[in-house]
Amino acid sequence: MKVVKTGTSGTMESSDILVTVEESKDKGIHISLDSPVKKQFGSQIKSVVLETAKKIGVESANITIIDKGALDCVIRARTSTALYRACDSEDYKWEAK
Amino acid sequence: MSFKLEDIDNLDKIENLYGMYDDTKVLKNNVNIKKEGKVLTSIEEAITKCGLKDGMTISFHHHFRNGDFVLNNVMAVIAQMGFKHLTLAASSLLAVHEPLIEHIKNGVVTRIETSGVRGELAEQLSRGLMDIPVVFRSHGGRAYAIHHGDLHIDVAFLGAPSCDPFGNANGYSRDNDNGVICGSMGYAKTDAQYAAKVVILTDNVVPFPNVPAGIPQSDVDYVVKVDQVGDPSGIMSGATRFTKNPKELMIAETAADVIEASGVFQDGFSMQMGTGGASLATARFLKEKMLRKKITCSFALGGISGQMVKLHEEGLIKKLLDVQSFDVDAAVSLKNNRFHQQISAYYYASPDNPGSAVNQLDFVILSALEVDVHFNVNVLTGSDGVIRGAIGGHQDTAAGAQVSIITCPLTRGRIATVVDKVNTIVTPGKTIDIVVTDQGVAVNPLRPDLKTKLEAAGIQVTPIEDLRDKAENLVGHPLPIKYTDKVVGIVTYRDGSVIDVVRQIVETDD
Amino acid sequence: MDERLRRTMMFVPGNNPGMIKDAYIYKCDSIMFDLEDSVSYAEKDSARDLVYQALKTINYGDKETVVRINDPRSQGGINDIKAMVAAKVDVIRLPKTETVDDILVCQEEIARAEKAYGYAEGTIRMMAAIESAEGVLNAAAIAKCSKRLIGIALGAEDYVTDMKTKRSPEGTELFFARSMIIHAARAAKIAAIDTVYSDVNNEQGLIAEVTLIKQLGFDGKSVINPRQIEPIIKIYTPTEKEIAHAQAVMVAIEEAHKKGSGVIALKGKMIDRPIVMRAERVLKLAKASHVL
Repeated sequence: MKVVKTGTSGTMESSDILVTVEESKDKGIHISLDSPVKKQFGSQIKSVVLETAKKIGVESANITIIDKGALDCVIRARTSTALYRACDSEDYKWEAK
Repeated sequence: MSFKLEDIDNLDKIENLYGMYDDTKVLKNNVNIKKEGKVLTSIEEAITKCGLKDGMTISFHHHFRNGDFVLNNVMAVIAQMGFKHLTLAASSLLAVHEPLIEHIKNGVVTRIETSGVRGELAEQLSRGLMDIPVVFRSHGGRAYAIHHGDLHIDVAFLGAPSCDPFGNANGYSRDNDNGVICGSMGYAKTDAQYAAKVVILTDNVVPFPNVPAGIPQSDVDYVVKVDQVGDPSGIMSGATRFTKNPKELMIAETAADVIEASGVFQDGFSMQMGTGGASLATARFLKEKMLRKKITCSFALGGISGQMVKLHEEGLIKKLLDVQSFDVDAAVSLKNNRFHQQISAYYYASPDNPGSAVNQLDFVILSALEVDVHFNVNVLTGSDGVIRGAIGGHQDTAAGAQVSIITCPLTRGRIATVVDKVNTIVTPGKTIDIVVTDQGVAVNPLRPDLKTKLEAAGIQVTPIEDLRDKAENLVGHPLPIKYTDKVVGIVTYRDGSVIDVVRQIVETDD
Repeated sequence: MDERLRRTMMFVPGNNPGMIKDAYIYKCDSIMFDLEDSVSYAEKDSARDLVYQALKTINYGDKETVVRINDPRSQGGINDIKAMVAAKVDVIRLPKTETVDDILVCQEEIARAEKAYGYAEGTIRMMAAIESAEGVLNAAAIAKCSKRLIGIALGAEDYVTDMKTKRSPEGTELFFARSMIIHAARAAKIAAIDTVYSDVNNEQGLIAEVTLIKQLGFDGKSVINPRQIEPIIKIYTPTEKEIAHAQAVMVAIEEAHKKGSGVIALKGKMIDRPIVMRAERVLKLAKASHVL
């Protein structure tokens, strides 16, 4: 899937995460992260975002994240929504439990 | 004279006499003293008269919290007068004391002893601002050190909402509605008692005698009238509100059930509640139980809030021992209620006195930034290793109370409260009996008696390791914080021994 | 017949991560994640993703998970069903249920999704929410029309608007609706859940309403704040007297069985099946409230 516009999801409320996906000229996912637990969980947060993008099939994007202490499942959700919005797609792929 | 000194036998064995009486010295009608009292015209004059020198130790209290103007104003004058290498022994440091950063950089202050630090100053200290480590002491530990001379205060600068010209100072005013209000001056009392020189700074000079007095004139050398000692809105809010947060209410209700089951909840019990929503809400649930059991509390200690005052005025708590008033209701009660008494930090928590108020406690409710599987508690540094809190009376009450209870949420945002090892050990696990979270109650294995009592009352007891695991499953496994070898803070236990150190954090640009 | 207790069903807005991640902490019997009225149109996709991820990751213990979806005749509703079936939510709650057809349309989508994800048909249960005059009048038929249904609930806010009245403390305007719904539920042998009590600060008002609906026979109530859970559980907790009586009934049954006797009596009164069922329910409630 390709990023065609800016897609955002989430808020800056406590336990949430604001994810903004924008088009990138280069290949690869570039992440900029602001988080109150950056030291402890910065790399974990980035890896969840990358994993989500990979699963959805987005290979190139600039992703800006403002984290307010969100758990991994929230990060996955917001990143997914933002990516689908940015790609203007509704080709959702839910997986069985 | 009908006698001569040289004719008195064995006079040489009496050492405390000062020669013959001299009638020519003026001893009566000293009009000047009565008019001016001990009042000086400026902070600068007070500093000079106190004989402040480089390298000396100065102190301040923190009853004005984030509304304090005194420390910053006095430090500004001290810096301007050119003093260097001072030791700052403030009872606690808050975000408002950020201007200290400059004074530290300029060498005005080279050592700090305090209960805690917050704000930008704390951030900078964690990043290595000072060469000599900050010494952290509990309120009881500080009082003990002062009493024993381990912390000798040369000059104490103590702000007061009202003071008469001779130095009787109070945390409220009986004469007018001017000035701010802070209630108890418990921490200031100890400094006033032991410091070599004591200066009261007030914006509200009232007529002599300002009694009953929090600080008696007999402890005071000078009084300085200033424009403003503090900002009321930063000092204290109105009444502390009951929390409506469902998590905090859950924790509070469980804590109350734990107290009831613990065996110390009998007629005449004594208690201390901490700050924070869950602690204060616990009092409300306890009230219901007190009414049902028809028992009363003999005294509440603290850290007194409006809620404690209400229970006192309703007859459910007989007496209030107040070392620090949390809100306006408490401050006003201190002023008006006969059995609401202010006590000094030494009276409150000194470890060397069996009569210390903390030793009389049946139970205490405390909070924690982190608790580990050995029940050690951290109230000083965050999960990121940065200084952001204070020891306060934590070590003292935990050691003194029959039952010490920590109330805390299992996680705060993405930060686990129950962990494998705390970042900084402040209160040793041996003195912590029970941990109450929103997702389980843990009892220290050293207290099998409490575990039995709780289970008999139908309270499920969870191993603390399970709570740690639960927390980690929720938030994930954090990367360890990176520190340098430099020690920026020394954490003392009540007796002055070193229980842990705080190291400088490594700054990463990412 | 579903044996689960549903004394409290806690409503959690679907686009609120803070509340979603904490929901399992509270002592409610069911959690209802809402993708419908509490989520703005622009955020329906965000909420769907959030609840999907939460259901897949967070352990809600033995609480029943329920999701209120959007209209299954809309693409949004269909996406809700796909996502929630994938996440294996326990129950899908259909808002504004008015006719049997509404249930059947929803059921068909659910079945389609179950097949796609390899779940046995009927894995995902359903719940009807009656929120209009039409729905109330059709309640009996709705409650019986699908084996998936575990319960039928009243949504008073929309209902009173449809009825051109407003809510009162006494609940006079809800009496007929409540009566129809409880009858429909009992005839179909499914649960009846009462509507939300929105004044979170009025505990006395909540207690009065729950006392009333319990007496009518409702199994439980929707809650919008965890603080409402405890007062409701208290009301659904049997008294010591009720428990003692129930235990005595069970003992009498035991003894009668041992003796091989056909007629069972306790304190001179005959014990027949309804009494036994009541006693069993009392003991079940008592155990759930940890008083037994």
